[in-house]
Amino acid sequence: MTMRSTIARVRGLGSAKHGVEHWWMQRVTAVALIPLTLWFAASLVSLAGAEWEAAYLWIASPAGAVPMILFLVAGLWHGKLGLQVVIEDYIHAEVLKVALLMLLSLATVALGIAGVFAVCKISFGE
Amino acid sequence: MASAQRPLSPHLQVYRWQITMAMSIAHRATGIALSGGAVALVFWLLALANGPDAFEVAQAIAGSWLGYLCLFGWTFCLFYHLANGIRHLVWDMGYGFEIKQFYASGWLTVVVALGLTVLAWIAGLYGLR
Repeated sequence: MTMRSTIARVRGLGSAKHGVEHWWMQRVTAVALIPLTLWFAASLVSLAGAEWEAAYLWIASPAGAVPMILFLVAGLWHGKLGLQVVIEDYIHAEVLKVALLMLLSLATVALGIAGVFAVCKISFGE
Repeated sequence: MASAQRPLSPHLQVYRWQITMAMSIAHRATGIALSGGAVALVFWLLALANGPDAFEVAQAIAGSWLGYLCLFGWTFCLFYHLANGIRHLVWDMGYGFEIKQFYASGWLTVVVALGLTVLAWIAGLYGLR
């Protein structure tokens, strides 16, 4: 029994030297998210029921703004990589699959820009 | 053809349920749920940036029973995905592949995720008073 694909199936679908890129960035963002998630959870717990001003001042300070931007970027990136695999695993209709993958990329960037913009607006508005 | 000889994935319909496969599926499910949480977080930040009026609306939604249900679910998903993600990273480094270790790390992950969820909510609700 061979575990290898036939050359006819592989030709033209090679890794182009990017074979581990997806897997690796999923791990890099995962490692980044360990401290960031703990920071995020602790921050939200301490902010429970806070008025607008308290939450605003938290994001306005560099100690709130910088980790929040890092959390947004690492989290959305990690989520994009994960959802991409979910789509590739379960959606077999080619047109729908490509459409969903494109929608995922666009939504990821849109959410990332919106989130980072909100943090910057708060932080620079102070 | 070579591809017909390859090992197949276990068929869920005939496979006896065990914690290892349940946790693997839960990792993916919590990941999908957390993507929804990320959308909510971005809208919450936009409301915060928009001013007190918009923020009040966001807090009212978050403070509704449905909001609490989502927040509680997301809290568990976050801690589960975090703990099980660390479990995955340990596997990536080549450790923990004995059957016994799979079960031990699995139960530890579940206990840690539940514990952190309860702890976070006790601390959060205590702060609300």
